[in-house]
Amino acid sequence: MMEKMVFGRYIPGDSFVHRLDPRSKLIFVFIFIAAVFLANNTVSYALLLAFTLLSILASKVRIGFLIGGLKPVMFLIAFTFLLHIFFTKEGDLLFQLGFLKIYEEGLRQGIYISIRFLVLVLMTSLLTLTTSPISITDGLEVLLNPLKKVKFPVHELALMMSISLRFIPTLMDETDKILKAQLARGSDISSGTMKERIQAVVPLLVPLFVSAFKRAEDLAVAMEVRGYRGGEGRTRYRQLKWDWRDTTALLILLAVIVALWFLRG
Amino acid sequence: MERILSLQDVRFTYTPDDPDGRHAVDGVSFDMHAGEWIAVVGHNGSGKSTLARLMIGLLFPQEGTVGLFGDTLTEDNLWEKRSQMGMVFQNPDNQFVGATVQDDVAFALENNGIPFEEMTLRVQNALKQVKMDTFLDHEPQHLSGGQKQRVAIAGALALRPRLLILDEATSMLDPQGREEVIRVILDLREKTGLSVISITHDLEEALLADRVVVMNGGRKFAEGTPQEVFLKGEALTELGLDLPFAMRLSALLGEQGIGTEPGTMTERKLVEQLWTLRSNR
Ligand SMILES: Nc1ncnc2c1ncn2[C@@H]1O[C@H](COP(=O)(O)OP(=O)(O)OP(=O)(O)O)[C@@H](O)[C@H]1O
Ligand SMILES: [Mg+2]
Repeated sequence: MMEKMVFGRYIPGDSFVHRLDPRSKLIFVFIFIAAVFLANNTVSYALLLAFTLLSILASKVRIGFLIGGLKPVMFLIAFTFLLHIFFTKEGDLLFQLGFLKIYEEGLRQGIYISIRFLVLVLMTSLLTLTTSPISITDGLEVLLNPLKKVKFPVHELALMMSISLRFIPTLMDETDKILKAQLARGSDISSGTMKERIQAVVPLLVPLFVSAFKRAEDLAVAMEVRGYRGGEGRTRYRQLKWDWRDTTALLILLAVIVALWFLRG
Repeated sequence: MERILSLQDVRFTYTPDDPDGRHAVDGVSFDMHAGEWIAVVGHNGSGKSTLARLMIGLLFPQEGTVGLFGDTLTEDNLWEKRSQMGMVFQNPDNQFVGATVQDDVAFALENNGIPFEEMTLRVQNALKQVKMDTFLDHEPQHLSGGQKQRVAIAGALALRPRLLILDEATSMLDPQGREEVIRVILDLREKTGLSVISITHDLEEALLADRVVVMNGGRKFAEGTPQEVFLKGEALTELGLDLPFAMRLSALLGEQGIGTEPGTMTERKLVEQLWTLRSNR
């Protein structure tokens, strides 16, 4: 099941998009999300869709893979589409089957909303697919740096994120081990009533929590021994480099926004 | 020779408010010279880890002093002293901070404000020293325990410490992983004159040390070269400690009337004595 999930997964590569600085990608996606709401007619939606497809091409992520992995989201998109088709009753009547009436405006709104949704999901997936979680963390840390002035704990938050990311696989392994250990003792979480199953999960969670706390304690000591005492006076090993690609990407986005502005009705 | 570490009558209890509380470390003193390798052995709960924590200022003694590189360790010089030491713990997973091998090695350097250019050099170097330089971008979950432990050592070495403390750093590794790690440290000591304190349950490892400190119930039970210490034989087994394999074997051989020289500790020496046994007669 995990293998097919696209959301939040990272696929290493060396395309144009992969090589962008995480900062420019983050800025890009945030501006893009806002810009999506500029579109309001067929041409502007077509432009959005075309631009998104181009971005996917530039990332060399296989479109089939993207679409395949977004099936759960597709379901949601289809649902909103149907909702619009059946409940918007404006414009000419296009089609009628018994009590089912489809109006022109309904169809149009349905398509627009679907495109908007699709484009947002594709672009954000593209960000996580082409940027390692640790780079996203780095990018966020640098971008949010100004917030330090208002005492927002940027460094601590970024460190928390990167340590959580680092320990996800470790804790998954651990869960697996505990699960097997409890199975060997006759626990069964895959059958029985809901109540029984929930009760069976408790002996899984308790050891997991105990070991997570133990790990956290060990890690804190290991960090202290290696001289960690907060963000003050620290240097960075992971350097972010802004180059021509990043400027180009943002300029292209700017051009698209200007075009959207003129094309919208 | 320069004194790297000097413990004087160090006493520490985890329960200072409890008047009958046991002392985890109870009046321990010893000195260590630059370039020395000291092994600390003792049964579980004998205070070895507590001792290590006192040395690196994770804990401060209630009585006595810990001297490091010529000064007494205090809250004020703690970070400066710590930047000259490294410590590696038992569990390879719980001390891996970075997302990848190179990030983890750089962690202590980042904390100490080393500039970027210098950092890349040192990370490379440290990883070369532990023979992990081809694993730069590997994530911890794709490394074996021994490899993770070597990365942890590289992380400590990158700071160019004068003193390296290993708290059962090899105990979760298989014999091969253990040997890898020990060989790396022996090698480094040869090349850089690093001082090493290694807390261990592995007696063959303790035999490699210049000096062995035996802990028992928070007190120092014995101290001396491995030869001197392990000759106490019975007294050590009474503390729940094992003796090196060659010693146990030679004792058993003795019961069978095959006399070997007392104090034979390494397999090699024992083998040598055995095959020359006949020819000497
Ligand atoms: N965090 C703690 N809080 C309270 N007591 C502790 C703590 N850590 C250790 N102790 C106690 O201090 C004593 C010495 O423990 P220490 O961990 O130093 O032993 P050790 O020689 O390292 O043992 P092991 O070989 O099992 O690692 C033990 O009696 C232990 O119960
Ligand atoms: Mg211990």
